[in-house]
Amino acid sequence: MRNSLNLPTIPAFALPPLIARLGARLPQWPHSVSLVLALNAARKLGVLPDETLQQIEGRSFRVTVADTGMVADFAYNGGSFRPIFITLDKPDLHFTARLSAFLQLVSRQEDPDTLFFNRSLTVEGDTELGLRVKNMLDALEWPQLSLQGLR
Amino acid sequence: MAAKPQLVCPAGSLAALKAAVDNGADDVYLGFRNDTNARNFAGLNFDEKSLVEGVRYAHQRGRRVLAAINTYAQAGRFADWTRAVDAAAALGIDAVIIADPAVLDYAAKTHPAMRRHLSVQASATSYEAINFCRDKFGIQRAVLPRVLTLAQVENVIRNTEVEIEVFGFGSLCVMNEGRCWLSSYATGESPNTVGACSPAKYVQWEKKPTEMDVRLNGILIDRYGNEENAGYPTICKGRFEVAGETYYAMEEPASLNVLEMLPEIVRIGVAAIKVEGRQRSPTYVAQVTRNLRQALDAVIAAPDRYSVKPAWAAELGKVAEGSQITLGAYNRPWR
Repeated sequence: MRNSLNLPTIPAFALPPLIARLGARLPQWPHSVSLVLALNAARKLGVLPDETLQQIEGRSFRVTVADTGMVADFAYNGGSFRPIFITLDKPDLHFTARLSAFLQLVSRQEDPDTLFFNRSLTVEGDTELGLRVKNMLDALEWPQLSLQGLR
Repeated sequence: MAAKPQLVCPAGSLAALKAAVDNGADDVYLGFRNDTNARNFAGLNFDEKSLVEGVRYAHQRGRRVLAAINTYAQAGRFADWTRAVDAAAALGIDAVIIADPAVLDYAAKTHPAMRRHLSVQASATSYEAINFCRDKFGIQRAVLPRVLTLAQVENVIRNTEVEIEVFGFGSLCVMNEGRCWLSSYATGESPNTVGACSPAKYVQWEKKPTEMDVRLNGILIDRYGNEENAGYPTICKGRFEVAGETYYAMEEPASLNVLEMLPEIVRIGVAAIKVEGRQRSPTYVAQVTRNLRQALDAVIAAPDRYSVKPAWAAELGKVAEGSQITLGAYNRPWR
């Protein structure tokens, strides 16, 4: 079985706890920078709807990959995503999942509510902001041409 | 060969509509981006541009698009609902799904050629109520609330020529459908008034080391252990202390799944089978539509040889609310 983007099936897996312990000791800023670069690239491609972007202006986000120890803090400010280098006390919205769940989510192999129901995905903070971001990601129509170009 | 019910699938976005069409939906239902529909959530639903494209995509492939305008018009704002009906007609929508009698009346008088379906939110459970709406508003189809047993559904079908649509898969409402006050009790807002049950701005998930609390406007509605499956943050699916015992006092978080009784549903002459979930992703829509399409085609081809394939049951079970499925009211022994 393949997902809707026609990528290989991603199994549910958990990395050994050692990796998270090591990962948590590494500097976190490269994760924030690379995630922000990807988000801004999507924004420039026009994939992210302007209406939703306007509604998340000034809001802060944290993505935690539980089994790699990776934490990425960023915000959407002044019309673009920017990394946050100081540790936030409480971001407006915080997603936590294992690497395999994030990959299943991004490749559209699994539905976010399914991952939430079976506790593979945790959402904390402003629930309405979370729903807005989830619905934005769900509504994205990845340009077929550029994906085919990647293969 | 049995009569073939339509498979009616949800879409909260253009991507979900395409997923429904591509995976075998006959009809796709959707809502405008405002409180004229009962899934009025942030960032969900269709603006005019995506509607035009969605209708074009479905019609090109011989499928129909239904618009849910299924909340009750608020005093002083009736024009918002009539505008939605006018927009549906202008966009070439095949049918409008309506609960409010005044909105139904407007649609019948202003756009008589556009089909009218009675929404589940109208809470019509008797053939008398359905036939009244047929006489008054010329409805062609009625969506039955998820409170009737299969025998009761059959009795309705025998006593009306209005097409009957039933739910086949998805999250359940408490057994007071269309008339529920639980969300209003906690937040002052409900599906029939603002288009959302448990609006997200009132929902707080709080993760603690060994448990996760969920509150609706400050009211604790459930506390999940780390390994426990979760459901939607609605009061009806919360756990409460009643007479010294803490349990799901109203209903368990579970999704309706009729795979097992599909041949019976087809036999009694149901015209359409609906999938709940406009709030969910294109991935869910694709998964549920694909499996129900295969199951329904198997029933139509040979009802006597039908059996539930483990792969269908596994995929539908996985995406179910609380990762649990139920036959809901269809097979309850009590009346």
